[in-house]
Amino acid sequence: MKILIPVFNILLIIFFPLLYAGVINCEKAWWCGRRGPSIWQPFYDFVRLLRKGAVISTATSPIFAIAPSITFSTMLIAALVVPLANNNSLIGFPGDFIFFAYLMGLGKFFSLLAAMDTGSSFEGMGASREITFSTFVEPAFFIVLASCAILTGQTAFNQVFSLIFLSPGIKVLSLLLCSAALFVMLLTEGCRTPVDDPNTHLELTMIHEVMVLDNSGPDLALLTYAHYLKMVLISAMIVNIFMPVLDNSLLSACLFSAGLILTALAVAVTELSVARLRMSHVPQFVYFMNSLGYILLFSIILIAFSGR
Amino acid sequence: MSKDFLRFKNHQSVRTSDIPWLSAGLFRDTVLKACQEGTRPILLDATGSDRFTVVLADDREHSLLCAGCVLEGKSGYQSLSAEFPAFHMFERELWENSGIVPIGHPWLKPVRYPHNAIESREMTDYPFFSVHGEEVHEVGVGPVHAGIIEPGHFRFMCNGERVFHLEIQLGYQHRGVEQLMLKGNFFNKSVLSESITGDSTIAHVSAYCGALEALAGITLSTRALSIRVFAQEIERAACHFGDLAALANDVAYLPASSFYGNFRTPLINMLQSICGNRFGKGLIRPGGVACDISQSSLPERREQLKDIRASFRIITEDLFSSASVLSRFEKTGTVPMETAAEIGMTGLAGRASGLAHDIRVHHPYSWYKLNRIEPVTQTGGDVLARALQRRDEAEQSFELALKILDELPAGELRRPPETLQASSMAVALTEGWRGEVAHMAVTGADGKLTRYRVKDPSFTNWFGLALAVRNNEISDFPLCNKSFNLSYCGNDL
Repeated sequence: MKILIPVFNILLIIFFPLLYAGVINCEKAWWCGRRGPSIWQPFYDFVRLLRKGAVISTATSPIFAIAPSITFSTMLIAALVVPLANNNSLIGFPGDFIFFAYLMGLGKFFSLLAAMDTGSSFEGMGASREITFSTFVEPAFFIVLASCAILTGQTAFNQVFSLIFLSPGIKVLSLLLCSAALFVMLLTEGCRTPVDDPNTHLELTMIHEVMVLDNSGPDLALLTYAHYLKMVLISAMIVNIFMPVLDNSLLSACLFSAGLILTALAVAVTELSVARLRMSHVPQFVYFMNSLGYILLFSIILIAFSGR
Repeated sequence: MSKDFLRFKNHQSVRTSDIPWLSAGLFRDTVLKACQEGTRPILLDATGSDRFTVVLADDREHSLLCAGCVLEGKSGYQSLSAEFPAFHMFERELWENSGIVPIGHPWLKPVRYPHNAIESREMTDYPFFSVHGEEVHEVGVGPVHAGIIEPGHFRFMCNGERVFHLEIQLGYQHRGVEQLMLKGNFFNKSVLSESITGDSTIAHVSAYCGALEALAGITLSTRALSIRVFAQEIERAACHFGDLAALANDVAYLPASSFYGNFRTPLINMLQSICGNRFGKGLIRPGGVACDISQSSLPERREQLKDIRASFRIITEDLFSSASVLSRFEKTGTVPMETAAEIGMTGLAGRASGLAHDIRVHHPYSWYKLNRIEPVTQTGGDVLARALQRRDEAEQSFELALKILDELPAGELRRPPETLQASSMAVALTEGWRGEVAHMAVTGADGKLTRYRVKDPSFTNWFGLALAVRNNEISDFPLCNKSFNLSYCGNDL
């Protein structure tokens, strides 16, 4: 049974991102009283894009051509260190959350370069917005993960998430704070409402969508996939916080998948119940994650000291 | 004052020989004086290379004013725009169409053609205003846009996310509507006038028919007028539904967007069930209406309208009580009342800024003459005000449409007009959902049409949009644009 866990993890990495997108879209359509596309539509789109050729603007440098592959592969490698079912990641080592954060950063760096490379004023605006918001997310992510590390005394994703559920102290509060902070990160990094509008066709208001305007065919397929993989990984962290370590791997895998679907539904419900923020208010929202992180950190330090 | 002007009513035919012709200097003084007293321009029309007429609207006296200007050998006259910026689009159009130069015009740029139209048909080298500086950058959008919308070029001068200035270049949709009106039989131009702006079909074809019927000297039965106005109010409500859906969509508030869109369909289907076209094409024809609302369908239609109105109220309540939506709408794209009045904004956008111009109230025509209606206005001038204005006007339209269904009198549907009065002029203003639509028709001594002029509210309001986005975030432009929702082809003709 244990041997199946890595297999499950690999299947999850391959199939879940597009399913995740399908679930969000279906939920949104259903809520609005529309029939909406099939839950498998992202898969059809992915295959369709893979079968197409890519058009690459003559104004771009080779960076533009390789950036989608780099973004895709960094996300794929990052996926290896995030614990999925049964709190097991495919690889794990102390301090791997820093590795994770900087892999994400590397992927983002190249997608920003590629966006600037096209010379389009829209993509430049998109890149500038994306990096502004990421600047707020990155430190908050470290604060949250550092808090978890203090709480559990471990620095590897695997152990942090195995122990966090059992950790002593006012853990319910910490768990809630931690998951709320990661949910803000999910909305920001996933470019979902209220930060970005994934449905818009208006270049002037886009963030993520505008950066991939010039990509087509397989490149676009990879970028779309990497984007949803990123969302799945952040969701996986949220789910892991609430996942107990179970002896039954199958049950654990099912629970974990259900948890991911629940986060997808939560994202969809958030998108449906609020309008998008004004661009100048987005940093405030993203900074909310920092605030949650600080409260978390201080509460955990308090717990740690009172324990001694 | 009235000595210097020919004074007449909306939808009224007057003799062209009664128009007073003034010298350039006297004309300028007269028009400026009239404008100081609160009239506003409706049209400038060049009748030759050395003479043009102006039509002004006097809302307080409920009448229109017309005067002519003779240039006496000169090729220009002192521009009125410097004193009254409301004239600036009209003077640009006059200059472009006839070569008469408004001397001292502060912004003399083409309206529809390339700036060097004689040598070139290329629209690419428009003389844009430019802003220079280390951190200033330009963003050009269009003429091909991401959505399925009409072509137009927008040039933003920004500092980061903040817009300093927006310049809008239109003309890509110019089809020569006014010239086409003069070709062939003037009685057969209903289809052409329906196509001036597809979403204001009823407003434009009503104005065309109004001008024609005034020149033909016929009056319509109350039934025909009621059916016309019913169609007009349904068009208004349906377009407001569509715009509210689009506004909600632009701030990514999907439930409201979906449900407004959902209820717009039965509304425009009501026009389809009357005349076979969801935009009401083919319904209004010179002399009356081509299709009837059958007496037996009235109760059903009333029920349907009340159902739609009930749903509309539920969604509207939801939309305008959502804090996240209000935070996007409030203080976005504000046009203060003074600015709106200065640049001559009309219609819905003008009323949202507090200008109570409403043709149905101030220059009542057809059914509105028999039934007084109260103007609805807002004070904010921002996106929220324009959204609320749509809500209130849609409510009012439901009320008027229901009233028409309740009181629909019997009568003749259509009596086609046969001849036009010779040497006459008629101006027909109608209140479309976007604002005032003006059609002016002039006949010659032989009773044939010699001039035809069209003004869509978009023509004056585009500049309002350009001012609205100043000092706003560039990412709010689509929202501002949608809150005006102006017509490109109505401007380009």
